[in-house]
Amino acid sequence: MSEPPDAAPGRTPVLRPEDRAVTPARVGLGRTGVSQTTAAALAFALDHARARDAVHHGLDPEALIEALGDFGQSATVVASQAGDRSLYLTRPDLGGRLAADGVAALSARADRGADLALVLADGLSSQALRHAPALLAILVPRLQADGWRLAAPVIARHARVALGDEIGEALGATLVLVLIGERPGLTAADSLGAYLTWAPEVGRSNAQRNCVSNIRPEGLPPPAAADTLHWLLTEARRRRLSGVRLKDQSDLRQIGETAPDDAPATLEARRRGPATDPD
Amino acid sequence: MDRRPGPVKDAQMTRWTTCDLKTLLAKASPLRSGDQLAGLAAESAEESVRARMALADQPLKRFLAEPVIPYERDEVTRLICDSHDATAFAPLSHMTVGDFRDWILSDDADGAALAAAAPGITPEMAAAVSKIMRNQDLMLAASKVRCVTRFRSTVGLSGRLSSRLQPNHPTDDAAGIMASIVDGLRLGAGDAVIGVNPATDNLAALGDLTDLLAEVIDRYAIPTQACVLTHVTSTIELIAQGRPVDLVFQSIAGTEGANAAFGVDLALLREARDAALSLGRNPASGQVMYFETGQGTALSSGAHHGADQQTLEARAYGVARAFAPFLVNTVVGFIGPEYLFDGRQIIRAGLEDHFCGKLLGLPMGCDVCYTNHCEADQDDMDVLLTLLGAAGVNFVMGVPGADDVMLNYQSTSFHDIQYARRLLNLRPAPEFEAWLEDRGLTDAAGRLVSGTDALPRLEPSR
Repeated sequence: MSEPPDAAPGRTPVLRPEDRAVTPARVGLGRTGVSQTTAAALAFALDHARARDAVHHGLDPEALIEALGDFGQSATVVASQAGDRSLYLTRPDLGGRLAADGVAALSARADRGADLALVLADGLSSQALRHAPALLAILVPRLQADGWRLAAPVIARHARVALGDEIGEALGATLVLVLIGERPGLTAADSLGAYLTWAPEVGRSNAQRNCVSNIRPEGLPPPAAADTLHWLLTEARRRRLSGVRLKDQSDLRQIGETAPDDAPATLEARRRGPATDPD
Repeated sequence: MDRRPGPVKDAQMTRWTTCDLKTLLAKASPLRSGDQLAGLAAESAEESVRARMALADQPLKRFLAEPVIPYERDEVTRLICDSHDATAFAPLSHMTVGDFRDWILSDDADGAALAAAAPGITPEMAAAVSKIMRNQDLMLAASKVRCVTRFRSTVGLSGRLSSRLQPNHPTDDAAGIMASIVDGLRLGAGDAVIGVNPATDNLAALGDLTDLLAEVIDRYAIPTQACVLTHVTSTIELIAQGRPVDLVFQSIAGTEGANAAFGVDLALLREARDAALSLGRNPASGQVMYFETGQGTALSSGAHHGADQQTLEARAYGVARAFAPFLVNTVVGFIGPEYLFDGRQIIRAGLEDHFCGKLLGLPMGCDVCYTNHCEADQDDMDVLLTLLGAAGVNFVMGVPGADDVMLNYQSTSFHDIQYARRLLNLRPAPEFEAWLEDRGLTDAAGRLVSGTDALPRLEPSR
C-alpha cells in the first residue's frame, strides 16, 4: 500500500484512519459486505453490557467504608427518596431528596456545623466510587492540615448531585463536596465526578456548583483531581462562593474543559461536552 | 372563531370536550416518561385513548384561537400565530383533527398538496394529528413529503439517504478528528454535513476547527458542507473574523423560556442567519442554518408551561422553519430515560418528530441514539433507523462504530448508514455519490471498494 496523502504542507494532519492512537473513536473497523465484522460487533456489545451493568450495579456501603479506612469509620449511610433503580432513573427529582430516616440520622449527628461535608454517592455508576478512597487519602489530610473541620462522610444510595444540598443543609456545613458516579460511557464505566457547592441548601441550581469530571486513573487521575479540588475548595471558602463566578477565575481548562458545570442531560450539554447527568 | 365541541359520546367525553387544548394534547400523547415526570401524562391507558378520541373531534380552527402557551407570554407563540398562512390553511379550515389525519393519509394528499398546506399548519396541529396516528401512519405520511435542500450537495431527494459525518474527539485533537473524517468518507458518509461537536468553547480553537473542516472539503473537493456545532454567538464571532463558516448551528426548543436557557432568542437567530448569508457561501438557496432539537428540552429547563414534550418539540420546528434551515436534526434519545424511558419510547418519538417536521416543511434528519442509562440498545436503533429510512428521513448520523467518544452516547455508525442504503435501496446525495465513484471509493454499482486500497486515492484535488 502506498503512503497516505499526508505529505502535503499545511494544517491538514496525517490521514491515517488505521492509526487508532490518534483517537479513542472506533475508526478502521473493517467490514463484511456493508456490515461490521463479528469481532467489532461483539466488542461493542461487551462494552455496552459493561456500561449497563455499571448503571444497575448496587452500591456496597460496607466495602466502601472498609476502603476508606479510619476516615470511613463514622460514616452515615443514607438513601434518596428514589427507592429503586427504575424510579431513580425516571425521577431525578426524587433522587435529589433525602428519605425521612436520613434527615433524622444527619440531624442527630454530633459533627454538625463543619467546614465541609463529604458525600459519596452512587449516581449512575456505583463502581466509580472505587476511585474515591485514593482521592480522599490525599485531599482529606491536606484540608485538615489547612485547619478545615470535616464532617464524617455520608454514603448515599440512589443519589443525584442535588442530594448533597439537603445533606449539607442537614449537617449545617459551610460547603458540600459530592463525589458521584457519572453516566457510564462505552470507554469507561467508572468515571467519578466531583461537585462542590457553597452554602448547601435545598434548591441550589447547577450554576451554583463547580464540577471536576472524568476522575479515574486513565482519565483525570485521583491525585490530580485532589490538587484541583483542593484549589477549588480553598478558593470557594476564601471567596465565600461557588459556581460560575468561581470557575471564571480558575484555570479549569487544564483539568478538562469538557466538564459540564451546570448541564443536565440536555441538548445544551450535547453542545458543551459529555453529559454526566447524575445531577 | 368556531369552538364547537365534537360530538358527546359519554360523560368522560364531556369532560374532555370542555378541557383546554393543552391538557387534552398532554393526555392524548402516547405514554412517555417525560410527561409522567411533569405530571401531565394520562393516568390510565383508557384515559389516554379517550383523550385521543376527544382530540380527534376538535376543529383545527380551535388551535388558532387557543394557543397552548399565551401569545403575550411567549415569542414562539407570537411567531407561530403571526406567520400563519390563512390562505394555505383555507382547504383545511373545516376539518377536525381526525379529518386531518384521514386527509393526510388519503391519496388526495400527495407531496405537492402537503407542501402547499404546510404554511397553514401550526406546530400544535401537527402535534395533535401525530398523537392519533399509529407508527405506520407517521411513516407513510412522512414518506410523501420531500423537503429538499441545496448547498454543495442536494439533501432530501427521493431514493436518497444522506448522513452527517460526526468526527468528535474528546479534546478536539485535529489528527483524531481527521482520522474519523477519513474513516467516514471511506465508508460513504458525510454527504449532508461534516459536523463536529467541539469539546471546547474557546474561540481560537473553534476557529481552527472551522478552518480545518473547510480545508479538507476544499482540498478534496468534497461536495458537502461543514459545521462546528458551537453556540450561535461564537459562530457569529467566527464569521466576523472571516472564518469559512458554511452552516450556523444552534440547539433550539419550543418555548421562549427554553430558548433562553440555550442562550438564544429569535432576534439572535436572525442575526446569526444574516451573518452567515453575508459570507455568500450558499447563494443558490440561502439555506445556512443547522438546528438540533429533542423532546424534553423545555421541561429540563423548567420552561414547559405545563405543555407535553411532544407538542413543545413540534413548536421547536415552528421556530426552525422561520429560518429556512439546511438541516434539522432531532437528537431523539440523547436526553435520557427521564424523558424517553426505553427503546419503544425513543422509536415512537423519532417517528413523531420526523413526521411533524416534514409536515411543517422541514428537512428533517434524526440522530438515532440512546444513552447508557436508557433501556435501549443497538437493536432498538436498528429498528428506528430502518423505519426512518423507509419513511424518507433526509439524513442520519455517522459516528465511528456508533460510539461517540466525546459526548458519551451511542448513535448510528458509518456501517449502519450503508446497511440502511443497501436494505432500502437508497443512495447518497447525487453530487456526493458521483464524488465517491470519482475518487474510487465506490464502484460503478455504488458498492464500497474493498479494504484500504481506496484510501490512497483520496488525494488532493489541486
